[in-house]
Formats: sequence, structure tokens, C-alpha cells
Amino acid sequence: MSTVHVENMTKHYGAVHALDGLDLDVAAGTVYGFLGPNGAGKTTTLRILTGLARPTSGKAQVAGVDVLRAGNALPRKIGHLPEEPAFYTWMTPLEFLDYLGRLYGLSTSARKSRSKELLALVRMEDVSKRRIGGFSRGMRQRLGVAAALIHHPEVLFLDEPASALDPAGRKEVLDLIENLRGQATVVMSTHILADVERVCDVVGIIAKGKMLVQSPRETLLERYAVPAFEVEADDRPALANWGESLKRLPWVTSVTSQNGTLRILVKDVKTAKAALLVGAVGAGLVLNRYEEIRPSLEDVFLQLVGSESIS
Amino acid sequence: MNFITVFRKEMLEQGRTYRFLIVAAVFVAFGLSSPALAKFTPELLKAIPGVPGGIQAFFPTPTVADAVGQYIKNMSQFGVLLALLMTMGVVVQEKERGTAAFFLTRPVSRTTFLLAKFASMTVAFVVSLAVAALGCWYYTYILFEPIAWGPFLALNGLMLVVFLVYMALSLLGSTIARSNGIAVGLAFLSLIVIGGIGALPTIGDYFPGRLFSWGASLVLKGTDTAWPALWISLGIILAALLAACLVFRRQEV
Repeated sequence: MSTVHVENMTKHYGAVHALDGLDLDVAAGTVYGFLGPNGAGKTTTLRILTGLARPTSGKAQVAGVDVLRAGNALPRKIGHLPEEPAFYTWMTPLEFLDYLGRLYGLSTSARKSRSKELLALVRMEDVSKRRIGGFSRGMRQRLGVAAALIHHPEVLFLDEPASALDPAGRKEVLDLIENLRGQATVVMSTHILADVERVCDVVGIIAKGKMLVQSPRETLLERYAVPAFEVEADDRPALANWGESLKRLPWVTSVTSQNGTLRILVKDVKTAKAALLVGAVGAGLVLNRYEEIRPSLEDVFLQLVGSESIS
Repeated sequence: MNFITVFRKEMLEQGRTYRFLIVAAVFVAFGLSSPALAKFTPELLKAIPGVPGGIQAFFPTPTVADAVGQYIKNMSQFGVLLALLMTMGVVVQEKERGTAAFFLTRPVSRTTFLLAKFASMTVAFVVSLAVAALGCWYYTYILFEPIAWGPFLALNGLMLVVFLVYMALSLLGSTIARSNGIAVGLAFLSLIVIGGIGALPTIGDYFPGRLFSWGASLVLKGTDTAWPALWISLGIILAALLAACLVFRRQEV
């Protein structure tokens, strides 16, 4: 049963088709990675699913609520973190979460305990009484996550939650999302492949307003896997010569060299496994590393979307 | 839905961002200074060195009418200006900053979002105007003679209606606009249109500006009335609020 279901959705801004017959299904309890290059239609989709925009045509349901006829039912089911969460800068985090709690009809004691719990979750207890106006981007993002969770939403929509953060901030936010697994259905839009690989169970890849593929991450990696091996050695000239000789073999697709490492894409994994190590030893190489590379989501993404689309 | 919660937030915001204080300070300043200006301006003019004694006889002795006239003149200019300035950015700035989008995915209807803003601004103007009126009445009593409470209250009520007209129109402009600049333009366009047509003979009798002279007449025991202008003003307020709600409900933020 899908918690989020989108069917043949279009959104036109004049001549621009932001969404062009989008289909999307997210199962309950999943952390869904909504992946696509900038301008693919990710934010537009999330804006429609959260009731901020209306589609030109198509159907959308979130947690059993028809988004187009939702009224007040939708906000109680969903949490939303925009790409750049905006706050009333004159408020403190505690006041802000209390205000949101009031909007969701929480009692005074529930607001107090939930605010405390969430501020601890996003590690902001020490700044809970400071004005939001002076907060960094990372702090605002973390507060945004807390704000999205105040009412225990069934579905959480996160728009590029970690894109603009430094590595430490990114790790914190991704850890938070990981911890939500099982508590809510999470739909996370991003163009950062590593983030999706780290936290998402299911991946949907969108480009030019259309869903190219959606599938569990592992299935996707298997289906679009490009078998590859990496070989690392100190003797770079010998490594390069061996790499050149590999290019002539029929079971080798391509060989690239970078910083003393050869990346060898192959057509036949079995043959490669049997021949590569033997060949390296035969070429007189002393290996630092020999590894069968698991294809990355980036490989899949590039196959589907094309490298020119990534900005 | 959630009107009280959002209204409370708006009131708190007015306090924290000093908007309430600014409105109150301007109103109170003009409320207190108007009778004093009316009383002492001729005195000050007479005191200018070198003014021939004969000329001094032409300076009229100030009366309650001068105090009330000064009050209405100040309020009609600065009250209207404040009504526009304080309201023109309230919606468009939230759209530009992204706070509107962040809150409209919460259980807050768009109508509540707008009406809570209008209600909180109204409270700020009512309280400020009440304090200003009290100050004006007291100074007029000290410097001239007491004004009858009823008509003076009616004058302030009518002035409030005019301010609300401009606040409602400015709120509509702020709702329609996609940028702050356009909101400013629409607010001042409303001032030019309402003020401009209101200055014309005959048709001006049906416009909000006419309420100032009706108020003055009430205080100075005149017989002048302007009921059509009052109904039309109330109609403009309701129509502008309704239009703002309808526009905002269809708008993508």
C-alpha cells in the first residue's frame, strides 16, 4: 500500500513543463530518495504534495488524503522541511516549537515535553533560548527538522535537507533522517547521490519532470550495475603499461587511471576475476589494493540521466 | 482554525519588532502635541522680535476648534501614512522570506493567516488611537475647555474607519504582490486613487476622507453627516479583505 501516490501529474508554468506525467509511489515506512538534477521537478513535486502548489493535471494522495481536495486534513498528516527553512527570527527555538505545537493542538505539557525532546534530538538544547535570527544555516536546518517532527507526522517531506551544509552539518542531518526510519515515511529530494546511497531504501530518479525509474536501492544497483575493479600499485609506469594492455582484451570495457589506481570496467566479471590478478602479477606489479568495486548510485544515475544533466 | 494562536503570534511579533511601539509613539505624539500647537503657535508668532504691534491683533485667539482641527489634520496625514507603511509588507515579506510557505503546510488556513494579521494591526491602531485621543482630550481640557466625550469618541471611531480602509487596501496589495516593491506601489496607488477621488466635489462626499470632516462637525456641534461615506468605507474594508482572502487562497506561495 502506497503512502504517497502520484499519478500522471503535470505542472506547467507557461511554456515550461516542470512536471510531465510524473508517476510516483512510496511505500509506508520507507526512506525514499527522490533524486534528480537541478530543475528536474523535485521541488515542484514536493510543493504540490505539501499543498503549496496545484498541479495542472493528475492525481496525488498522501497518507490517504487527496492532496487536491485536502483542506485541513493534509497538514496534520505531513511534516515539511523546505530547502531553506524560514523562521520568525525574533523567536527562540523553544518559542517556535511551542507555537507550532499550539497550531497542532498539543496540550501545554505535551508541547513542553515534545519541544524538549526534539531540541535534544537536533542537539540544540544549549541554544533553546537564543533568538533564531543569529543562527547558522546548519542550525536552521536542524531546527527545521525538529519543526517538521513536532506533531509525529505520518509522512515527512524533506527538500534538499543537506545540500547546503558543511560535512559536519550534513552528517548530523543525515543521521537524524536515518533515525527516523520506522517512525515515519520519509521522502527526501536531493541531487547529492552520496546522501541517497547512505540513507534511502528506495530511490526514484526524475529528469525533465518524468520519473525515469523507481526501485529499491539494491535492486537498482544490481539492475544498472557496471562491473568494475580497482587496482592500486606504487609503480605507476608499470601500472599504466599494464592498463594499456588490458584495453585490448575483449572482456574489458574501459580502463581509466588516476593517482596510481586503475579502474577497470569489464563485460564479464567471471573472466575478469580469473584473469586480472594473474595478469597483474605477470606484469610484475606489487599491488597495494585489488578490489571488486560495487557500482555506485552515481554510475546508475549517469547511465539514466546523462552526465550533462548534473549541475 | 487556529485564529487565536496565530493572532497571539502576530501581537507578540508586533511587540518584539517594535511595530506596535512605533504606531503608538507617532499617534501619542500627535495626540498630545495637537492642542499644544493650536494653543501656542499664535503665542510663538506674537513673540517673534520685531513683529509690529498692530499685526499682533490679526492673530486669532485659539479655540477648541483649532485644537480639534490640528488633531484631525495631523492624524489624517500621519495615521493614513502609518496604516499604509505598517501593512504594505506584512504578507509579501513572508512570501519573499519563505515563512509563508513554511507555515501554510501547517494547520493554518490562508484566511486565518491574513485575518490574524489584519486583526492584530487593528488592535495596534485601536490602542494607539485610544491613548492618543485620551492625551488630546486631556490637553484640550487643560489648555482650552473640555470636549464632549461622545462626539470626540465618534470622531476617533470615524478616523479609525479611514485607517482601516487603507490598511485593508494595503493588505490586499501585499497579498497580490510578488515583491516588496510592487506592494509599496500598490499601497500608494490606493492612496492616490482614494485620496484623489475623495478630493473631487460631489463624488468626494462618498469617499472615506469625508469622514474626517464629519467627525470634526460632530465635535464642533455641527449638523453635517456623511453616512454614505461611512457605508462605502466599511464596504471597501470588507471587499478588500474578501478579495485578499480569495487571491491568497488561489495563490502559490
